[in-house]
Amino acid sequence: MIKLEGVSKKFGTGSFGLSEINLVIDKGEFLFLVGATGSGKTTLFRILIRDLLPTEGKVKVGELDVVNLARPKLSTLRKMIGVVFQDLKLLNDRTIFENVMLPLDVSGENAIKATEKVERILRKVGIYEHKDKFPIQLSGGELQRVAIARALVLSPEIILADEPTGNLDAATSWEIVKILSDINKEGTTIIMATHNTDIVKSMDKRIVHIDKGKIVKDENKKHTGVKDKEKKEEEKEDKKE
Amino acid sequence: MKFFNTAWRNIRRSPYQAFSAILIMTLTFLVISFFVFILVGSSTIINFFESKPQVTAFFKNDAKQEDINDLQNRLSQSGEIASIKFVSKQQALEIYKQQNKDDPLLLDLVTADVLPASFEISAVKIEDLGGISDTLKKSTIVSEVIYQKDVVSALTSWTNAIRQIGLALVILLSAVSIFIMVTIIGIKISHKKEDIEIMKLIGATSWYIRWPFIIEGVTYGVVGALIGWTIAVGTLLYATPFLESFLKGIPVLPVSFISLLELLMIELILAALLGIISSYLAVLRYLKT
Repeated sequence: MIKLEGVSKKFGTGSFGLSEINLVIDKGEFLFLVGATGSGKTTLFRILIRDLLPTEGKVKVGELDVVNLARPKLSTLRKMIGVVFQDLKLLNDRTIFENVMLPLDVSGENAIKATEKVERILRKVGIYEHKDKFPIQLSGGELQRVAIARALVLSPEIILADEPTGNLDAATSWEIVKILSDINKEGTTIIMATHNTDIVKSMDKRIVHIDKGKIVKDENKKHTGVKDKEKKEEEKEDKKE
Repeated sequence: MKFFNTAWRNIRRSPYQAFSAILIMTLTFLVISFFVFILVGSSTIINFFESKPQVTAFFKNDAKQEDINDLQNRLSQSGEIASIKFVSKQQALEIYKQQNKDDPLLLDLVTADVLPASFEISAVKIEDLGGISDTLKKSTIVSEVIYQKDVVSALTSWTNAIRQIGLALVILLSAVSIFIMVTIIGIKISHKKEDIEIMKLIGATSWYIRWPFIIEGVTYGVVGALIGWTIAVGTLLYATPFLESFLKGIPVLPVSFISLLELLMIELILAALLGIISSYLAVLRYLKT
């Protein structure tokens, strides 16, 4: 579970990146974070991975107190959260395979197991045939898949996807959303920042609207987390009986 | 192994910087090697001269054996004498014959009566030579005293000067090489700032990022030391025939291969330490994690 209580972020310039954010995201939820450019979506993500510290407020990710996290625990937090960055942040001098391998390498995973895992993830997101290419040789949609694969490879509990469909055509955008939706069905919490209203409207998911650093609307707020899914499945089974 | 691969990739991708780092390390260890050769060589030369008779006292022809024995006892009891050897007229003739065995004309001219008996004396300390020499000169049975104080003193002061200048040079070059390595590795860290940022964002620990740079620094040091040692040893081996004829009779050369390997081992350890210090300083300076 992710919990933000009274989180504000004031930048050195005096402007507020976030203001009094209160948000609870259940485990297994798929949440769209919608807002215009500069509304605070990326700032919120950066706070969740402790790339930024809030000026005020409490942030909890699972059992970790993000604000007061000891430095050695930082890598634990970042391994819990897979991030698809807006600018992808791929290493251009490494192949697709090496890029996706990086989080496993960082966490000291056994090389043989890591290789198997990377190949499986690359197949899952549909870019296995490009594994020996370099980022510069791939299209925008393919690069998004690489970024998703890298975010997925450590089997994180949470995935933060910052504008993963930005600059992509409609068909490719839908493919990306489908990949994220499939991951969510396996129990991973997905928070996707976007301003693509077509996608948001056509998915029956929770939508949090953010504007000038404040949450202005929280739509379809329902418990869609793992526990509720399990309850629903139990109810279905009861009905069958 | 992955850290070694990353370090190797860093070295390969900026060959000119790697070349500069190795060059300064080579220069440093070349100077260190020559300094060690000079230091060990001059110490051996001093030891050689110190082990040789430092004072030679020639006796008058009419000197009696009892007086000579009496003088020997007095000198031996002073505590300043490391060794004292009496060379009789006959022994002096034997030495003369040995030294001039290729010149029969000179051999025919000299008999035992012409050559004086003598004492060959070594002092415990060089500074006692003056006192010993004075004692001998005051003796009525001694005709002439020759001592090598000047040679040994000059050599000792030269060795001390070489030691001080060499040590200063080694410290200076080590400091310069650390400074240059810090700069080179610092530039590499700056170039990889974005990559490092990405690694941190996906959960890399500080040491995961630091290790390749440390290994890189050690590699520059070790390769530089290896090249510096090879050049120095090559030069020494090349110059050995000339030096042997120059230092005729002084057992300095050839230097044993085991000693050269020992020097290499010490230099490699020192090089690794220099590499670690430089890269760690660069990491602390440029990689604020």
